[in-house]
Amino acid sequence: MNRILPLFILLLVTSLMFGQDLDLLEEDEPIIDYTTATFKTNRVVNGHSIETVAKREFDFKISHRFGFVSGGFYDLFGLDEATMRIGGDFGITDNLNIGIGRSNELKTYDGFVKYKFLRQSTGAKNTPISAVWISHTGISTWRWAQPERENLFSSRLHYTHQLLLARKMTEGLSIQLSPTLVHKNLVDSISRPNDILSIGVGVRQKITNRITVNGEYYYVLPNQLATDKTNSLSLGFDIETGGHVFQLFFTNAAAPFEKGFITDTKAKWSDGDIRFGFNIARVFNF
Amino acid sequence: MKKISTLILATLALIAIAASSHSGGVYKTNTGTIDFFSHTPVEDISAVNHKVKTAFSSANGKIQFSVLIKDFEFEKALMQEHFNENYMESTKYRTATFSGTITDIAKIKVSTDGTYTSQVTGKLTIKDVTKEVATTGTFTVKGGVVNAKAAFNLNSSDYNVKIPRTVMNKISDDIKISIDADYKHLH
Repeated sequence: MNRILPLFILLLVTSLMFGQDLDLLEEDEPIIDYTTATFKTNRVVNGHSIETVAKREFDFKISHRFGFVSGGFYDLFGLDEATMRIGGDFGITDNLNIGIGRSNELKTYDGFVKYKFLRQSTGAKNTPISAVWISHTGISTWRWAQPERENLFSSRLHYTHQLLLARKMTEGLSIQLSPTLVHKNLVDSISRPNDILSIGVGVRQKITNRITVNGEYYYVLPNQLATDKTNSLSLGFDIETGGHVFQLFFTNAAAPFEKGFITDTKAKWSDGDIRFGFNIARVFNF
Repeated sequence: MKKISTLILATLALIAIAASSHSGGVYKTNTGTIDFFSHTPVEDISAVNHKVKTAFSSANGKIQFSVLIKDFEFEKALMQEHFNENYMESTKYRTATFSGTITDIAKIKVSTDGTYTSQVTGKLTIKDVTKEVATTGTFTVKGGVVNAKAAFNLNSSDYNVKIPRTVMNKISDDIKISIDADYKHLH
């Protein structure tokens, strides 16, 4: 009996194996299921989202922030004036992007390198968040305020480094945290720090498959900014039409680049100093 | 005692052999190909999925497909995202399936090289909507591998895929589906 038992088990197993019916499509090993479309586009509102443009794709962006809505009908609710940026993001790989832009705010050129080093996934590999590193450099080409003193080119430069951490919580809700360091080579006064630490919070909620509500707040850690400066808060919509993403929003920030909207924002929501703005994104393939 | 157990063993062995010969010919692949094509005067759109799981039984002609929607690859990454997000809602409806019958399975000799055709009918499920479909499949047996090819058309509106008015000139309601799979005998 002792010799027969193993044989018996073997037979039972083989008969079970042969007995399989056609529902053998179900069994397979789990696969890595990467989370996609955490945000509709690579900006939350003013700041970057963890989204990158795909390899060999160019995302052309035009951004406007108008004057204060509180200007009333005389200024056509702010539409008489605008700060704007024209630029684009390019995909070297699906995860490595570079970008350039030019804003009329302090006649600033900016460039950045953006790398997604972690992708949220489920299934065979469980990764709770996506993570992106992005480093920006900006050059203000505004004429020197005091041409008579010695002005260094390096004084025109500022840098922003960000770690973007995002999670698509549900199909509709995504949340992003963005610890940020802004470095200014030249500051307004000797009492002001060159390095300014802040943390951004971005939220998006889908209303339909093609429309989302977005909110973004950059909190600058205390005792860093001059008293006339404030944190930037933006609320708006993403509208995706297939070829374009339109971002329409209200914000108190004027500058459409990181150093500007994080550390130079003066207008306060509480004073009603809100601007209407939009970003239009169009992706081209090469 | 020994005699009885030997007898039981022999009976079990017979049952096992009988069972194996009965459901014998299961042919399967995990790397079948399905592509779809949408044509309008403005734009042609196509996508391909190389990870299609499918199997059929040469004994009774039952055939099944299981397709992960996320595995459809587009030329443009943005199109792929919109396909998954807006049209197929692939996190909610992860797979499309087909379960049907090769009507003339008796004509297809899996042990003899040659080309055979047969009607294939069954139920196609996309986005939880199930419809009957029928087409003609071409089965080519060569060296123990069975290649199956088939094509048919479906209307995306039948399967709860909504195309907004603004892109109707770019995305056809009439979608051509082509299938190409190399089945190997399951050992």
